[in-house]
Amino acid sequence: MDGAAMLAALRARFGSGVIETHDFRGDHTAVVTREALPRVLAHCRDEPALAFEMLTDLTAVDYSKYPGREDGPRFEVVYHLYSIAHNHRLRVKVRVDEDDAVVPTAVDLWPVADWFEREVWDMFGVRFAGHPDPRRLLMYEEFVGHPLRKDYPIDRRQPLIGPTN
Amino acid sequence: MGLGTFFTSKLDEAIGWARKYSIFQYPFVTACCGMEYMATACSHYDIDRFGAGLPRFSPRQADVLFVVGTISHKMAPVLKRVYDQMTEPKWVVAFGVCTCTGGFYDNYATVQGIDTIIPVDVYIPGCPPRPESVIDGLMKLQDRIAAQAQRY
Amino acid sequence: MAEMTRREFMLGEGSGTGSGSQRLHVGVGPAHPAMHGIIRIVTELDGEVIVRADVEIGYLHRAFEKDCEQGGYNNAIPYTDRLNYVSPLINNFGYCAAVEKLLGIDVSERCKYIRVIMAEISRVCDHLTCIGASAMELGAFTVFLYMIKAREYLWELVEDVTGARLTISYGRVGGVKADLPDGFAERAAKAFKETREVLDEVHRLLTGNRIFMDRMIGVGALSREETIAYAITGPLLRAVGVPYDVRRAQPYDVYDRLAFEIPTQKAGDNYARYLVRMAEMEQSMRIVEQALAMIPGGPINVDFAGRPIDPAAYVDRGKQGKTEGLLLVPITLSPNLQGSERPAHDRVNAADKRVVLPPKETTYGSIEGLMNHFMLIMEGFGIRPPQGEAYVAVEGANGELGFYVVSDGSDRPYRVRCRPPCLPPMAALHRMIEGGMVADLIPTFGSVNMIGGELDR
Repeated sequence: MDGAAMLAALRARFGSGVIETHDFRGDHTAVVTREALPRVLAHCRDEPALAFEMLTDLTAVDYSKYPGREDGPRFEVVYHLYSIAHNHRLRVKVRVDEDDAVVPTAVDLWPVADWFEREVWDMFGVRFAGHPDPRRLLMYEEFVGHPLRKDYPIDRRQPLIGPTN
Repeated sequence: MGLGTFFTSKLDEAIGWARKYSIFQYPFVTACCGMEYMATACSHYDIDRFGAGLPRFSPRQADVLFVVGTISHKMAPVLKRVYDQMTEPKWVVAFGVCTCTGGFYDNYATVQGIDTIIPVDVYIPGCPPRPESVIDGLMKLQDRIAAQAQRY
Repeated sequence: MAEMTRREFMLGEGSGTGSGSQRLHVGVGPAHPAMHGIIRIVTELDGEVIVRADVEIGYLHRAFEKDCEQGGYNNAIPYTDRLNYVSPLINNFGYCAAVEKLLGIDVSERCKYIRVIMAEISRVCDHLTCIGASAMELGAFTVFLYMIKAREYLWELVEDVTGARLTISYGRVGGVKADLPDGFAERAAKAFKETREVLDEVHRLLTGNRIFMDRMIGVGALSREETIAYAITGPLLRAVGVPYDVRRAQPYDVYDRLAFEIPTQKAGDNYARYLVRMAEMEQSMRIVEQALAMIPGGPINVDFAGRPIDPAAYVDRGKQGKTEGLLLVPITLSPNLQGSERPAHDRVNAADKRVVLPPKETTYGSIEGLMNHFMLIMEGFGIRPPQGEAYVAVEGANGELGFYVVSDGSDRPYRVRCRPPCLPPMAALHRMIEGGMVADLIPTFGSVNMIGGELDR
């Protein structure tokens, strides 16, 4: 299935669950609602014509300083899927507001999402509902704030932590 | 000047000479500089020529701490603890700019020079330093070890 | 009541069988003698068996993604060097490819070949370091010395081309920094001869070695399903029999024109990973040799008699007063004394003035060149891709290395995300070591080839 057909099939199946689709430089992208996200991801993995058995990447983008999108939903969580069987890729995105930055977890679909989601929580402060172990991944527990947010200055250093066991 | 002082200074020299050729290093390798550290330690550049060929992977058996690579805020307490565990006399070599000043990682996660945590004897700049400059730094450390007052 | 063994007397009933009542918590790392990388594994032991393991990373978090947002598009390249610092060239090219995709430009033919050649040399260096270091941790120190010796020959090649051994910053958006030097093919052939000798020796030392096999076979194995579910790529995926390789599945540069095999194994244990890596090195060298034979464009600098000459030698000859005949050919030397840059520049860079810096002679020699240079360097100008996002995957030494770049239309990236190839295997590391002995942790960790710079970024 080529990218355009993939997006059309997703639109047909999930209706208003798919907010928009686009294809920029050959990267096919579907933006879905938070409510539809678990169903879309499960469909992508289990539908034989799609068969995305690999979640290659999961990350987020903070759009609060993006021209034209300052007032929209602040965060976008981005899933990059890949299918070994069909050798195709798909990008799925979901938008969330800052005051309600919670996305359903994908750990039960792909176990690798465990660490990716912990990293997104660490760096952006987006929570994943149902995550079994929501700790920080890269920074230490004493760290205050989420460094990849656009309002975190790059050189804001925090006090050194003491020797811990 | 009595006889004792004369002998002491000569003894100092002898011990300094012995010490500078028996460097047991603890390579605290964290990042990219570790690759150049490997290259320096192996047969091509061979730091064994300077009596520093045997890395000791226990701080209690080492007398020179090679801090090789970027130290992040998360790693800083570990470095401090390793330094505290070493026995006197001990020396510290900052290997690469990240350990000297933080290098081009001027950001929230990186310690801006390990001398904010522990005292440093020799700084080897470079990102990463070439083996030649590592050897140069090692020889400077040897001079320093030989010249200082020895405690024994 | 059955007689208690001494072991049970010391450690509690049923210890060592996984059913004991006494559990011991042992932290391994972050500074551990037998681990080349800083992570912390908190293990829960029953006797010597790891019952549960919790892997903690982040000790080398250097804010790569935040740093990239601070400067222009080309300013991120030195940071990409330090992601996977064992094969920095692949990172460079992966990032450049992502920005090029965003811009919608294509690089020159010669540049594509150069990228393939340099990336494959890097891959060999990476595998050499990985196998050498993990063999050393099992006690085979000789192997480590041999492998580093071979890597040194390859690094000399890299240094010839890029000017640095390790942190090379050789890629540029729209091209590469410089052309291959004269006589590169011969030197590469010589270095490969040495490397092949080393590989042959290592094969004889390790592949049939009883101790090595006992430590590696059946240790750290992961099933095919689990490997895929954890999104593990690269040698670890090929070791379970899935021939997925980005170079073959979604060819970039000129990989579709080169013949190479994708070595696979079935077992999925540490030994299979070792065999895959050993076989891949040979394939990489094969790719380089083909690419060097096919690369378009000949020598670029010629002396007065039409013979190819190295620019630096040209300058040296002039300094020594051997100027006979030199004035017969008009040649413009760049002020950086590298010699004439312009002919090489066009070969290895895209013909797009909005992206690629002009050659130095043009910058210093003409007003158009100077303006072009300024427009790319000045704050607020520079390379400006259209608004949008692009994901590009290349085959890194550890697997699929992806760069996801978001542009807001300004001169600096809005977001750069690196998909680190060694994060998924590290996320699955606890699955590989649980149920095994503590001592087996070391070869398993070595076979994953964790690189702190790209894992923690």
